[in-house]
Amino acid sequence: MNFLPLWRYFDHFAEGVVVTLELTIVAAIAGLVIGVAGAVALRGRVKPLALLVRAYIEIFRNTPSLIQIFLIFFVLPTFGLKLPAFEAAAVALSLYFGAYSVEIVRAGLDSVPKSQIEAGHCLGLTGWQVFRHVVLPPALRNAYPAVTSQFVLLLLGTSLASQVAAGELFHVAGFVESRTYRSFEVYAVICALYFAMAMGFKLLFTAFGLLAFRWPRRR
Amino acid sequence: MRSLSFVDFVSLISAIQWTVMLVVLALAFGAPLGLGLATARISRFAPLRWLAASIIQVVQGVPLLGLLFFFYFGMPMFLGVQVPAILAVTVAYTLYTAGFLGDIWRGGLEAVKEAQWEAGACLGLSVLQQFVHIIGPQALRLSLPPTVGFLVQLIKGTSLASIVGFVELARAGQVASAATFQPLMIYGVVASLYFALCFPLTLWSRSLEARLDGSR
Repeated sequence: MNFLPLWRYFDHFAEGVVVTLELTIVAAIAGLVIGVAGAVALRGRVKPLALLVRAYIEIFRNTPSLIQIFLIFFVLPTFGLKLPAFEAAAVALSLYFGAYSVEIVRAGLDSVPKSQIEAGHCLGLTGWQVFRHVVLPPALRNAYPAVTSQFVLLLLGTSLASQVAAGELFHVAGFVESRTYRSFEVYAVICALYFAMAMGFKLLFTAFGLLAFRWPRRR
Repeated sequence: MRSLSFVDFVSLISAIQWTVMLVVLALAFGAPLGLGLATARISRFAPLRWLAASIIQVVQGVPLLGLLFFFYFGMPMFLGVQVPAILAVTVAYTLYTAGFLGDIWRGGLEAVKEAQWEAGACLGLSVLQQFVHIIGPQALRLSLPPTVGFLVQLIKGTSLASIVGFVELARAGQVASAATFQPLMIYGVVASLYFALCFPLTLWSRSLEARLDGSR
């Protein structure tokens, strides 16, 4: 066991970490936008649209992320839309994360009892005020743990983008391994880096959650 | 390059058996280990709790792909021996399954009220009897929906074995796609086959959850 030969590739690893974080954050933001839009559509009155969102959720949640990345990377070019690896992976991961986000956002909104919304209306609040002050705070708090754990899964899932050579951390691992032939050391370091990122985000999310959702729970 | 033929579809469908075999292997070894982790997590002996908690954290904190590569490429290099592909892949999926099921089942065990253990003790049952006859069945009922949900994750996760060259459904798709240059058709079929495996389980998990909810 000798980790020293890997030191030369420090810059490569650092670059990989940066690309992984970029990919994660892009997909998380796009996925959450899809999540909110999808949840609104699911609750909306336009039946065909709700049905379409339902189909989207089921398809993307019940097929492997890897196949989705392949489909977007290899199939879109046959329709004349050639996306570079990073962009293709970002689109695929956004759609995957989005499908989970819709359900999370919907569950968060549904967690607010109807009686509280009615109480808000009875107090003379407008529709927006009810949403802003009655629905949103508890919905955010209830959805928060699910969103954060799904975010960590997304972070780990970006490793699949290496299969279309998106230049993120796992792709760097393959490159360094092919140069040094030190498989054990390379994958031990890579796993440690992912673990450090996952733990870092978990701590960050816990700290933020404690700060942001301080009001007491009613029993 | 050759054109897409009936044989391609047959090869894809027959590749499902390897996907199913990976799932069965992962559950056969991962489920008992997961049960061990779950019980260790609620043990009264603190170091045992910490050990189980760290194993779960590590497994859930690294990518499944990382586990696969570590055991497929890394371990043989480290040990200096040839490890059969199926063994390396099985070890990786076993750890993955144990890490997630261990956490799910811990949640189920903890959700059963403390008084249930005490009631068992008052009836003169041993700790093992309390676990098997009183706590276990209730915890199982509570954790069945997420367990089935994890099964869907596991089936989707087996597609990663294709990356280390294991010929299951996803790999059969890559081979057929490379030979026929028809990625849309091939990956479309592959995705539908995964969907056909996963969707019924998703529906089952959902109905279990709804039934559980109604009885409370």
